[in-house]
Amino acid sequence: MSRIETAFFEIGSLDTLANRDSFIHRLDPRAKLVTTLVYILCVVSFDKYQLSALLPFLVFPVVLLAAGHLPVNFLLNKLLIIAPFAILIGIFNPLFDRQIVIHIGSLDISGGWLSFISILLKFTLTISAALILIATTSFSGVCLALEKLGAPRVFVLQLLFLHRYLFVLVDEGARLVRARALRSFNGKGTGMTVYGQLVGQLLLRTIDRAQRIHQAMCCRGFSGEIHLLRSFSFGIREIFFTFGWCTVFIFLRAGNVSQVLGKVLLELVR
Amino acid sequence: MSHHIVTVKDLSYSYPDGTPALRGVSFHITHGESVAIVGANGAGKSTLLMHLNGYLTPGEGTVVIGDYPLTKATLPLVRRSVGMVFQEPDDQLFMPTVFDDVAFGPLNLGLSATDVEKRVEDALQRVDALHLRDRSPYRLSGGEKRAVAIATVLAMSPDILVMDEPSIGLDPRSRRQLIEQLAGFQHTKIIATHDLDLVLDLCRRTIVIHAGQVMADGLTGEIFNNHQLLENCHLEKPLRLQGCPVCCG
Repeated sequence: MSRIETAFFEIGSLDTLANRDSFIHRLDPRAKLVTTLVYILCVVSFDKYQLSALLPFLVFPVVLLAAGHLPVNFLLNKLLIIAPFAILIGIFNPLFDRQIVIHIGSLDISGGWLSFISILLKFTLTISAALILIATTSFSGVCLALEKLGAPRVFVLQLLFLHRYLFVLVDEGARLVRARALRSFNGKGTGMTVYGQLVGQLLLRTIDRAQRIHQAMCCRGFSGEIHLLRSFSFGIREIFFTFGWCTVFIFLRAGNVSQVLGKVLLELVR
Repeated sequence: MSHHIVTVKDLSYSYPDGTPALRGVSFHITHGESVAIVGANGAGKSTLLMHLNGYLTPGEGTVVIGDYPLTKATLPLVRRSVGMVFQEPDDQLFMPTVFDDVAFGPLNLGLSATDVEKRVEDALQRVDALHLRDRSPYRLSGGEKRAVAIATVLAMSPDILVMDEPSIGLDPRSRRQLIEQLAGFQHTKIIATHDLDLVLDLCRRTIVIHAGQVMADGLTGEIFNNHQLLENCHLEKPLRLQGCPVCCG
């Protein structure tokens, strides 16, 4: 359990990073959100066997990491935590798709392996971009940007509350599990029945808490709408950032830059 | 005309499952008074507080806040004049940052952006928490959370402050700071608590509730010296009024 607690504590560290100051941090959240969405769309739109054309897309996370003064370790850590999900999605590809598509010298590579690596690469690129977005904008910043861009209010509120109470919920769950662990011996008391009761208990507590929160909101004049005081300004820097990057992405998507570079290099060698 | 007056008359309330929580509670609190509501667990303190901000509507009897009897129609006015500080600050601080949280009430009142800014700053300054303005509530310590929770209520400029166990979970120093801050507020204060020493510091008047009824209503000093009353209501003398165990003084 302590590992889960630590992992959640690290989610909080994303917001700490978002409090830093850099050119990227100061940009309007909408600019970063739109750019990241376009980036993710471009990356996932590639064919499942595509590898070389994906590599140049690394430029976006790398530049943002550097410009946002973000520690690389934090990103690698997070990627490792989520990696099992991506591996699980692609791990069976090499078994089902055994058709050889590439020969590198005497090494034959099947389509399955190629698509597996492609999935991992897409995962790395998209998740990095999303994490960097939150680490430079903060979760609430992203939510507000979504709202300003026309996402349904209810959806944005759900996200905001989810983020706020995720930590409280994990704390509460951790306390329950700790209380159980302290009075369980030799595997007794840790079975499914107790687990079920634990989850039920957590649900009841959550409902109670939700009622108290609603009460607190009503006391301060809540009438179905949440107002936030934020001034956003989409200036020349934002326009430059968004259009600049989007042009780069579309250019990278349209042509295979790795291949072109490779050919140029080969020509030069000859 | 005064908004700072609370009158509760013959208030009774039973929970939907039939459990009676309040049975004919009556009292009258006037402008600027600081009143403690004490009683054992389950005596009905929290239920009573929920009537004062209109979260529960009286089963029988009436609640009058300022000039308004508590009804559905007067609810917004009542909530505007009664500021409620909850027992658990995590329930009260639900917005992404401290600033957003303190601004929540004033924005719902429809104030302009500059007025809201000013109110938030004033409120945070009064509880010494201006430096926490951009922090996330879940990252704050217990004492800081309590201070911000009080600021969220102060920002609405209420006439009456209602507090449920304000000193619970605070370390001795934070508790002392809280007492000093509360002593500085001019509002009418109603404090439900088990911390009887805090009551000695802050409240001249105490209302003792037991099994949903008012058992005593009078000067704090007199009530805390009434040994029989305290015992009947499952209470004890505040530590400060008890003899010293070392010197038997």
